[in-house]
Amino acid sequence: MLVSRVSRAGILMLRGLSRGKLTPITRAGYIQRPYGQYLQPWFERQTETKVFQGSIFLKHHNFSTTTTANASEEGSEKEETISVTFVDKDGEEQHIKVPIGMSMLEAAHENDIELEGACEGSLACSTCHVIVMDMEYYNKLEDPADEENDMLDLAFGLTETSRLGCQVIAKPELDGIRLAIPAATRNFAVDGYVPKPH
Amino acid sequence: MAIFQARTLLSRSFSTLSSHPLRVCVVGSGPAGFYTAEKMLKAHQEAQVDIIDRLPTPFGLVRSGVAPDHPETKIVINQFSRVARHDRCSFFGNVTLGSSVSLLELRELYHVVVLAYGAESDRALGIPGEDLVGIHSAREFVWWYNGHPDCKNLDLNLKNTDTAVILGQGNVALDVARILLRLATELATTDIASHALAALEESSIRKVYLVGRRGPVQAACTAKELREVLGIKDLCIHLQEADLLKTPKDEEEIKNNRIQRRVYELLYKAATTGPSHPRSGQRELHFVFFRKPDRFLESDERKGHVSGVHFEKTVLKDVGDGKRIAVGTGQFEDLECGMVLKSIGYKSVPVDGLPFDHQKGVVPNIRGRVLRNTSGDPTLLEEGLYVCGWLKRGPTGIIATNLYCAEETVVSISEDLNLLASKASLPKPGREGLLHLLDNRKVKFLQFSAWEKIDSTETRLGSLKNKPRDKLTTWEELLKVARE
Repeated sequence: MLVSRVSRAGILMLRGLSRGKLTPITRAGYIQRPYGQYLQPWFERQTETKVFQGSIFLKHHNFSTTTTANASEEGSEKEETISVTFVDKDGEEQHIKVPIGMSMLEAAHENDIELEGACEGSLACSTCHVIVMDMEYYNKLEDPADEENDMLDLAFGLTETSRLGCQVIAKPELDGIRLAIPAATRNFAVDGYVPKPH
Repeated sequence: MAIFQARTLLSRSFSTLSSHPLRVCVVGSGPAGFYTAEKMLKAHQEAQVDIIDRLPTPFGLVRSGVAPDHPETKIVINQFSRVARHDRCSFFGNVTLGSSVSLLELRELYHVVVLAYGAESDRALGIPGEDLVGIHSAREFVWWYNGHPDCKNLDLNLKNTDTAVILGQGNVALDVARILLRLATELATTDIASHALAALEESSIRKVYLVGRRGPVQAACTAKELREVLGIKDLCIHLQEADLLKTPKDEEEIKNNRIQRRVYELLYKAATTGPSHPRSGQRELHFVFFRKPDRFLESDERKGHVSGVHFEKTVLKDVGDGKRIAVGTGQFEDLECGMVLKSIGYKSVPVDGLPFDHQKGVVPNIRGRVLRNTSGDPTLLEEGLYVCGWLKRGPTGIIATNLYCAEETVVSISEDLNLLASKASLPKPGREGLLHLLDNRKVKFLQFSAWEKIDSTETRLGSLKNKPRDKLTTWEELLKVARE
């Protein structure tokens, strides 16, 4: 599971490198002490080690920059986006455009939407839990993998249409999707829900 | 040196803050502490937050609790490091609440004190033989393999026996079982402490028993951890199929709890698909249900050493509210082993001047506000004193639980500050006062930059061994590198 996601990131990064357009660290704040070392074997230790460290989290940011830059030069591809609405804890709506291929976690962060991402999309926490607000859209998503379900087990205020934001990847059919960010405090205090011990 | 440090810190803080900052001190730099700090900084632009920790290293259980083969779980350190480097935040390591500075002093220095120092002790079983050599708490074992400087010299002997019994079936128990059973070569590329890796390489332990008082439906672990331990390479899993029979009550419990349902399904699958006979020398993991430890057995050959556990079989009994507890049946059974790890829960330790509920092992509080006593009277509050994390709600939950826990505490703090607007605006010495006090006591605090030195040293040493880091595991080494 992780391997396939990582290699996907790797391909994107390599593509970026071959075009020589890649900005090594686009959002300096994000990756300071990444555990990217673990990923290196899959990338055959390229010279641009720094780029690969934490690449999962940055990949689409880099990629989209690259595509946009190339679109004018080569006229080959135009950046495709879909409309996504985030509904935050207070019920405020935010409408954003998300490039195809980008995860909702990355999209939220690029748009300063408050969605936690403690493990930075490595499928090791449940903090980017979102609730797909329409069943119709939920059904357009592939079923969550065991690993995602394992994390959803621990999410606060889990619903029938809960997903992890890092696992929902923008694709054309999802145009118009609405995602609610669960109101954490309310769930914690009122339901008194206590997850199983660590 | 310390004075110079203090001056730099002060000039920085004065330049970025209004003349009356809200002085906040967070005790403990684990997830509860960092999430509290982050949310306080966000909610109060005038807040200046100091995080103190008794260790030179920050991040609490993310460093010393999360298993070395779970690097993804530790990524949250990135987020915490950004908080620590925030303009209005400072980290002071090597500062111990109770000895370097008292709680009373902290409360005089700061408008708001949030205690988030977790649970650094263990629950005891209170049964005969608990002090025998070879019996440890899982916490000690976890600290040992994670290189916590207080457990480097844990008297562990992994070469005397081929069998270890783990009491408890929560995630900590599963972590410990996994570390004992995984091939050391697989752990060699993690950030496991080098002394632990060396000991595990020579370990003669081949059989691990995970023993729970209740049944597979009530197992306290989560699916992820269970899936992982069941998936260990070349491991033979044992489970009594009779234990998997469900009562109507079990069915009901499973129906209402997704985690329990998925855990049960995994156990069921493991029992029905696994090979039944291990090859000789193959490692074995035994899940044992419906047993509670009655006493520990002492070895005849090696006086003072544990040689087994005397268990009583149990059944589940209704105690109302849909709750069921394990009660003994009067039938007993022995299990031979040379090592026992008790994974039955962590326990918080109080400090002077702090109300404490010894029965629950937490600080009495309402939504993070510390109460003067355990009577539950919500009007008797300890003004300006709050709790978060395990000290507030007991030792359960995952890292993310602290996110919500901190949010709740910070909401309480904000509500109180609004009510006490006039009082809170009285200036307090905060960081300046703390540094002055530490200086007078010759307490050599360490800032976040000192941790960064430790961090880069560990990373460099790790790269020589193909590990993400090679942890410094003694106080001497840590302090030496920090002060270079």
